[in-house]
Amino acid sequence: MSVVPVSYYLVLSAILFGLGVVAFVFKRNIITILMAIELMLNAVNLAFVAFARAWGQLDGLVFVFFVIVVAAAEAAVGLAIVIRIYQNRQSLNIERVNLLKF
Amino acid sequence: MSLPFILFFVFALIAIGGALLLILAREPIHSALSLILVMMSLAGLYLMLGAEFVAAVQIIVYAGAIMVLFVFVIMLLNAGVEERTDYSKMAKYAGIPLGILLLLDLAHWMAHSLIGKTPANGAGSANVMVSTRDLSVQLFQKYLFPFEATSILILIAILGALVLAKRDE
Repeated sequence: MSVVPVSYYLVLSAILFGLGVVAFVFKRNIITILMAIELMLNAVNLAFVAFARAWGQLDGLVFVFFVIVVAAAEAAVGLAIVIRIYQNRQSLNIERVNLLKF
Repeated sequence: MSLPFILFFVFALIAIGGALLLILAREPIHSALSLILVMMSLAGLYLMLGAEFVAAVQIIVYAGAIMVLFVFVIMLLNAGVEERTDYSKMAKYAGIPLGILLLLDLAHWMAHSLIGKTPANGAGSANVMVSTRDLSVQLFQKYLFPFEATSILILIAILGALVLAKRDE
């Protein structure tokens, strides 16, 4: 039984990361933008696991846990900020949040 | 075409399709559900890579906890259809080509940087699972300090979320 080469996983990870970047740039809803960040973190996790497999070391898997923890913390704080923005602006559109825009 | 390849392509297509749906959906709740689809198929890929514990954590923490938080906030704020704005002409003409370029560049380098460097393309045999025991030994010995630091990070995140979401008196 042949094994799928690790580079396949890495290419998939790159594609998912690229789609995450595209979503981050194109979406106008703040919640969806946070979700795009989660998509990019997931793509990076896939690369970590694939590399851990390629070199037969466990450190990559440990890093995946740290990435997941940071993602959870980021989601909690980010969504609290989203709720705050909605209370102030009555809108989730990122274009309405332009006080710091030059 | 052996079974692992077929499984890989099925999961990969589901993941890419979910990511495309996330971009194309107009309603945030549809984006959230398609992101859950991506996470589920990634969990399947982790299983194929022999990382069973990471796959379980992916489903429980990511699809279970984090996405529930997202869906809850979408419901709470009653987020409707995303507004279209005319601000992003620049995004259309510069963003799409540059995005595709970035994607191709990343894929190209990741595919080529490994050839001839990976120890026999996947060390160990096809069916070796990483045991949870080895993983936890690694986590609680070599990475003990970062592990404790993440607990402080979580604590700070809880406090920050509470302070931010609290209503003014």
